[in-house]
Parts: sequence; structure tokens; C-alpha cells
Amino acid sequence: MGYSNKSTGYPNRDRGQEKQVDSLSGARLRHDPLFLCFHALAGAALLFIIAPILGLLLHSSPSELTETAMDREVRESIWLTLWTSMSATLLLSVVAVPLGYVLAREKFPMRGFVTALIDIPIVIPHSAAGIAVLGLLGTDFIGTKLGIMAAMAFVSVPYLISAAREGFAAVPERLERAAFTLGASRARVFFTISLPLAWRAIVSGLILMWGRGMSEFGAVLIIAYKPTVTPILIWERFGEYGLSYARPLALLFIGICLILFVAVRVITWRGPNVNR
Amino acid sequence: MLTVDDIAIEWNAFTLGGVSFDVSEGEYFVLLGASGVGKTVLLEAIAGLTDTSKGRVQLDGKNITEDSIQSRGFGFVYQDQALFPHLTVSANIAYGLKAHRVPRAEIQVRVSELAEAVGIEGLLARYPETLSGGQAQRVALARALAPKPRCLLLDEPLSALDTAARGSMRGLLRKLHRDGQTVIHVTHDYEEAISLATRVAIMEAGKIVQVGTPAAVFQHPKSEFVARFVGIHNFFKGELCYPEDSPGSMAEFSTGAMTFSLLTDAPPGPGAMTLRSEDITLSSKRPEGSARNTFLGTVRDVAPARLGIEVVVDMGVEMAALVTESAVDQLGLAPGTQVWTSFKATAGKFLED
Repeated sequence: MGYSNKSTGYPNRDRGQEKQVDSLSGARLRHDPLFLCFHALAGAALLFIIAPILGLLLHSSPSELTETAMDREVRESIWLTLWTSMSATLLLSVVAVPLGYVLAREKFPMRGFVTALIDIPIVIPHSAAGIAVLGLLGTDFIGTKLGIMAAMAFVSVPYLISAAREGFAAVPERLERAAFTLGASRARVFFTISLPLAWRAIVSGLILMWGRGMSEFGAVLIIAYKPTVTPILIWERFGEYGLSYARPLALLFIGICLILFVAVRVITWRGPNVNR
Repeated sequence: MLTVDDIAIEWNAFTLGGVSFDVSEGEYFVLLGASGVGKTVLLEAIAGLTDTSKGRVQLDGKNITEDSIQSRGFGFVYQDQALFPHLTVSANIAYGLKAHRVPRAEIQVRVSELAEAVGIEGLLARYPETLSGGQAQRVALARALAPKPRCLLLDEPLSALDTAARGSMRGLLRKLHRDGQTVIHVTHDYEEAISLATRVAIMEAGKIVQVGTPAAVFQHPKSEFVARFVGIHNFFKGELCYPEDSPGSMAEFSTGAMTFSLLTDAPPGPGAMTLRSEDITLSSKRPEGSARNTFLGTVRDVAPARLGIEVVVDMGVEMAALVTESAVDQLGLAPGTQVWTSFKATAGKFLED
């Protein structure tokens, strides 16, 4: 990190140039057959992600899109999806961020087991996750917004915990120790050193969790068919009216998600830089 | 002021056992030892950053072994500075003051005082990333000094710096000590010990093997280990001057009893001269040639060393020379015999005080 070239005596040397030397973009390496092969494979991987979305875009007409966007049911559903997932993310962050910190810093028996436990919601079938959450909450929560939020939170919170854990783990412990010797309390050290330095990773985690919550289908379907979140509305329209009716809604929802993610990234871009 | 009493630390596969020493108010105490010997861990134990399995740390007679890191009031400077990367230089220095709830106006005054004291006035708005090693170390020092620590703990503060930065940092540490700051400084470099310490403790394999003034330790190493580790047996306190009045010309170093010629570019003034025993030549006749420092002396002692034979010659001051066994035979060296000693003006190293 930033410390390595301190003794060069060139305080403002161009870091960009330095990176070039380290990266694999050197001319000789670029013509290596394996490297060319990797480029081709990387392109294929990217295409696999972009092609379906591009297909959606090409098959939808602007008039269809505006018509869908004017639909009251659609707008209510998108709004519901956005805010429930956002609320679930913010509420859970109050416990998920401290958990990430504990997992990154404290040494306790079965830490590895606990870390693995956190990923369970990601690997189990989401309909099963919905059943599990419903079992915990009770049937009173069927069809409620709180129920939707609980289902979203359950399946998406591992992303935030993992991101926070990695973010805190990347903060050198030496910095916290230095702060202790300067007389700072644990709380002060957490809020002025650890949290600001892990902030980028945590924001990434928040965005991931929010996005994962919005896209949740299975677990939410178990708990609340109505009010209808957008993923369920897309499925409903597809089932009732077919592909051409579901497609503009899918495109609209994807577009809104993308715009929001880019916006959050841009807003937090100038936050404190951790990995110096 | 600070007493470390029989401290033991178990730390991974490594034990530090039964370490004791005292540091008085205003002292500059250097812990000298090879890397991996447990110096840093010991320093962290004093600061409360590492748990001890045995023993006590006392400050002004009060047992602080169980006290929190925050309440001990020790300043700690890490080898790699550990500056807070997301805070400006100014905010780094102010950190400890804010933690102690010093009023804002006072913080500003104190930060600029400290910045001036360590010579970083122009860097206050910068981020640590943009600083050179020497500048960063000065910031780290100012940050540690800000809460007015009873004792400053320095972990290899000079070893990450280049030669020029090291020299000026040494000067700064010396000035702090003159101003009365108590310092415990950990290093593997005997030159730092010679030029800074009022007392030195030599550490070997998790234990302190010798404590004393630099002169006592370097001239009279108690064990083979200390002798080998410090690597020099000839160590003199004295004063450097330039007879031709121009630094860069041949300098003279005077111990009072003796005067040696030295090639150095250090400024005149008090300091220490070191000379490796293997750089001294012994001969039965006055040697011809360029060696400026030629003296007739009396052999005091002939003793086998790890490599060759160590011969102690008294020529006004005692000097140890390392020679081969066959040289001892040829020259007929035995206690009481006369011998010519000589060394080149480039062999002596001067370290200013």
C-alpha cells in the first residue's frame, strides 16, 4: 500500500505511471497467446451478461415503455420494491455492520463456522428461505410490507455482512492501536478510524444488499403476493399475458435499478479512500 | 519513573521471559537487539497493546500492568508511522488532542507549535499518502507528542528512512531528549544507540543481557554475544574539530588523552568515535606509509575471539585490535610487550551527539 515507496524522496511522484509497470498491460505480455486467449474468454463472459439485456432493449419499443411507465400498478410496484428494500437494508445495517466488525477483529472459537453460517441464505432455495422467514414471523405477516422487508433482508443481508467484514479486515490493526495509544476510546476509534476507512466497502455492501433485496422473488412470493413487488409483477404478467407484455416492465425495472446504482456509486465516489 | 519488573510475554511460538529494567525521568533508553528478539513486543507490552503473562509495569511507583492503553499516557511511534490515511497531517496531529477533549482553539495552537517543533509547518493540509518517509515520521512523532506523553515509545523510528532523513530525524530526537522528554527507543542499529542513548539495554533471545551507558556496554561487552552484536570494541567520547577550519578537510577527534585524525564531513562538536578492531594494524616497527594514526603502546591483554585473537593495547587509551594467530606469534605479543598500532583516517567513524 501507500507505505512502500515512502523512502524514495519523491513525495508527489506519479502513482499512475507506477501502476503501469506492475500491471499486465506491458506490450510483451499483451502478445502472449494465453493472454490473448484470456481476452477472448473475458469478452465472451461480458457478452453473456450484456446480450440478454441488450436483447430486451432491442425488442421493446419506446411507446410500449412509456405505456408501461404510465401504468399505475407498475409505478406503485416499483416504488414499493425500491423503498422496502432500501428500508430493509438500512435497518439491517445497524446490526450487520457491527457483526462485520466483530468477525473481522475478534478472535473467538468457531469464528470460521459463524462466517460460513452467514452465507446460508445465499445458498438455500429462496422459496425455502421464504418458508423459514414466515415460520419465524408467523402468518400475521402474510401480505404485509414488514413481511416483504423481512424476506428481502433475510436473503440479502449476507452481502452486507461480508462486505463490511472485508472492509474492516482491510483496515490495518496498527492504525487502531495507534489511536488507542493517543488516548481514544474504543467507540471513538471505531467511528473515526475503522468506520471511515471501511466506508467504501460498506457502501458497496449496502448497494449490493439493496439490489439483491429488490430483485428477490421466491422468498417474497411466499410471504406477500399482494402488495406486489416488481419481480412478482413481471412474473405475473408473463404468466397471464406472455413475453411481450412482461418485457417492457422488465426493461423498465432494470433501467431504474441501473440508474440508481450508478447514482449511488457516483455520490459516494469521493468518500474517504481506504486502500491507499 | 518507569519500572519494568520481570515481564514475560508468550506470543505465538515465542517467549519473552523475565525482562526487568528501570527508566528514569528524562532518560533516553535504547533497547538494542537483533530483529525478532522481541523488542517490539516488549514495547507494546509497556504501552498495554500486548498482554503479559507475568510481571509488572510500574509508572511512578504505581502498578499500571492492568491499566487501559488509553490511561497510560505513553506516546507510541511505529516504524512505518501508521498515520491515519483518511486524515490530513493536521488532523493526524490533532487526533490525540481531540480524544482528550482539548478545546478547539487550543488544539489549533498546539498543532502549529508541534508542526513547527518537528519542521513540518508547510505540510499541515496534506494527506499522509503524499509525504516522504522522513516527513511521515515527523508527523508520527508530532502526533505522539501532542497529548504530552509521560514517556515516548519509539519502535525502530529511523530504520525505514534514507540516510539524509535519518540524520535529521536523529537530530530531532536528540533535541526532544534535551528538552526533557523521556524516551524508550527500540532498534537493531548500534549507531542509533551510540548517538542517542543515555543508557542501552542489549537484548538477546527474549532477555536483557546487559544494561549500561553506551560507553560501558560498547567498551566492556559482558558476553561474547554482546561483543559480536555491537561489533565494535573501540568507542571513545570526545570532541571533533577541524584544525584547518574547513569541514571536509582532515578532522581531528580528541578524547582529552589522545587525538586521532578522521575523515568525516560531520560538523565540529562533541560526539563519539568508533573503530572496528579488525581495522587496526599491529607491527613491531613504526609502519611507513599513509596511516595517519600511528601510536606506540603496551599490550595489556591477548585473548582468543570468535575469529582470530583480540589484542588490547594501551597507548594512552585502550584499544582492541583483532589479528590472526600467526601475527601474534610473529610479533611475539604478550602482556607487557611494546607494539606499534595504526589505523587509517577512514577507519574511524564519528557519530555526533
